[in-house]
Amino acid sequence: MADYVEMWKNLGMDLDKHDNLCAVLPEAFGDIYLSQDNRPEGMGFWDFVVSEIHGIRPSELIEAQKKGQKVFGTFCVYVPDEVVIAADGIVTGLCGGSQFWVPDGEAVLPKSTCPLIKASVGARLGKTCPFFRIADMYVGETTCDGKKKAWEILGQDVPMHIMDMPQMKRPKDVEKWTEEIREFAGVVEKFTGNTITPEKLQKAIHTINEKRKALARVYEARKADKLPISGKDALLVMQIAFFDDPVRCAQMADKLADELEQRIKDGVSVFPEGTKRILVTGTPMAIPNWKLHHIIETSGGAVVCEETCTGTRYFENTVDETKDNLDDQYRAIAERYMGINCACFTPNHGRVDDILRLAKEYKVDGVIDVNLKFCCLYDTEGYTVEKALKEAGIPVLGIETDYTDADAQQLKTRIEAFIEMLN
Amino acid sequence: MNYIGIDIGSTCAKLAVLNGDRELVLKFVQPTGWSSVDTAQAIRDKLEEHGISLEDSPCVATGYGRVAVPYADRTVTEITCHARGSVWIYGIQDGVVIDIGGQDTKAIRVENGMVKDFVMNDKCSAGTGRFLEVMANTMGLRPDEICELARSGKGVTISSMCTVFAESEVISLIGQGESRENIAHAVVDSIGTKVVSQGSRLHIGNETVYLTGGLCDCGYMQEVLSEKLHCPVKTDPDGRYAGAIGAALCACKLKK
Repeated sequence: MADYVEMWKNLGMDLDKHDNLCAVLPEAFGDIYLSQDNRPEGMGFWDFVVSEIHGIRPSELIEAQKKGQKVFGTFCVYVPDEVVIAADGIVTGLCGGSQFWVPDGEAVLPKSTCPLIKASVGARLGKTCPFFRIADMYVGETTCDGKKKAWEILGQDVPMHIMDMPQMKRPKDVEKWTEEIREFAGVVEKFTGNTITPEKLQKAIHTINEKRKALARVYEARKADKLPISGKDALLVMQIAFFDDPVRCAQMADKLADELEQRIKDGVSVFPEGTKRILVTGTPMAIPNWKLHHIIETSGGAVVCEETCTGTRYFENTVDETKDNLDDQYRAIAERYMGINCACFTPNHGRVDDILRLAKEYKVDGVIDVNLKFCCLYDTEGYTVEKALKEAGIPVLGIETDYTDADAQQLKTRIEAFIEMLN
Repeated sequence: MNYIGIDIGSTCAKLAVLNGDRELVLKFVQPTGWSSVDTAQAIRDKLEEHGISLEDSPCVATGYGRVAVPYADRTVTEITCHARGSVWIYGIQDGVVIDIGGQDTKAIRVENGMVKDFVMNDKCSAGTGRFLEVMANTMGLRPDEICELARSGKGVTISSMCTVFAESEVISLIGQGESRENIAHAVVDSIGTKVVSQGSRLHIGNETVYLTGGLCDCGYMQEVLSEKLHCPVKTDPDGRYAGAIGAALCACKLKK
């Protein structure tokens, strides 16, 4: 890795503590990723990004800030990137996928909070995430109780804007979300000093749509009988999409998709014949949370699709690009985002429909429904998901886990047994 | 031709050997001890004493320590093996198998002799053999003694599911002068409650439940489970070998 110590120091990071993270990540990545056989060449880009994960993109963001651009840190796929981009702002994901950050989060949050929230808050308060030092503003949303209250604590340390997410999907809820987006646009305009025009917004909508389409192409390749890419690699592409420049992300994903499509033509597979095809559904897997995918793919299974926020929920459906005035554009954006089926909504039939559709499209042998510990919403919805899958004759295994390795052995036994059951 | 199944559990290692007619020709159990690797070696030595060579007998390892058997030709999870073993022991094709092991408890639905669905506890030790061992230790008893004493006790319950907290409860009960029978009753009852709650996801109806694992030897456990599940619960003297027998059956499909 290049030398970023000076940059981290200027960001006010806790260097000693951060060194501990830098020390373990390369080994974990080597064991979990580089040990895979016959990976697509295109993955070289993402391997490189991981090797410089807290250096290369942060230094780009700092350069952009020097030129007057503002950086917005976001936590959720419901926050519309288009609005920020239209005001010449930059959106970045934030740290939250490792046990490393959890203890600092537990210093202020109840232990019975989900690891994603604990790690996010811990990464900020522990000063061990460059993205959390760089962002000029943080955009939260009211998708769950844990987050709502965590924002109040995080807000004591950083400037935050909270978007009020509807909890149902009636027409008046779409109206409300349109209003929230309009209000957010006002906040972004004021903060950046740039006016959002219909032309700029249309361009931003196009940029993000192109990124979605490119990621969708990578997923499309995973529907092939012979899998050209592992689930772990596809997950990595998704995890880094939250941090990368959207235009470069689209270019790289398209390039990877080209290679995958060629592999399909050539009949190249990264798994032996008979490997069971698994759809993973449930809660997001923020980088570097590779735990479940690694267990599945070392137990005779291959993850062929993720119905998660770090999966299909991130890129499915595009925003209508034909609107030419801000009112209609905000409405079109709201409609696209309200089409995402998160367990924070009630009722949420759309998600079950999505899962059944994906199970068919990706020709899966079984579904593993996973929720992060203490995520009441996904845990409860697991009942409905499992019931619907069983009725459709699709085997399903429900799993609750966190970022620690304490349950890895038990999980391996359960997942191996599930895959044996599919034979 | 012999087929070897080895089940390295967290507490005990079990071995079963089937002949070409799928008859049980050898079985033994020994403590797993500190090292699964040493245990696997000890089993190998014993097999050779009995004139069974690993050179020409297919071998499948299962259980928590399955990866620590270097000479196994394959590993299969204990869930699949307990299901297969129960099919062999009880002569069934369908039913629910409950395996109360040293650190895991599994409820397995078997259909047409295959695993259809299963639930297994997380890393928590409530409702497992370990829970019984810890409580027996606290009371200065052996696990089988606590089981027998439980039959004549009543009137006390342990509310905590966590082994550590439950141990404190037991210590408080001892401090209050509660009889050993009543405390033993509370301990076994607690395991039964936890196992039944875990199995509820399999929707056990009016059907027979087949018990496997180390607690098969605890006759009173069978009664408690039957009462709580409202259905007949069967055990078998070979119940604790179900995993090893299942592994040996898996070995029957391998060639050497």
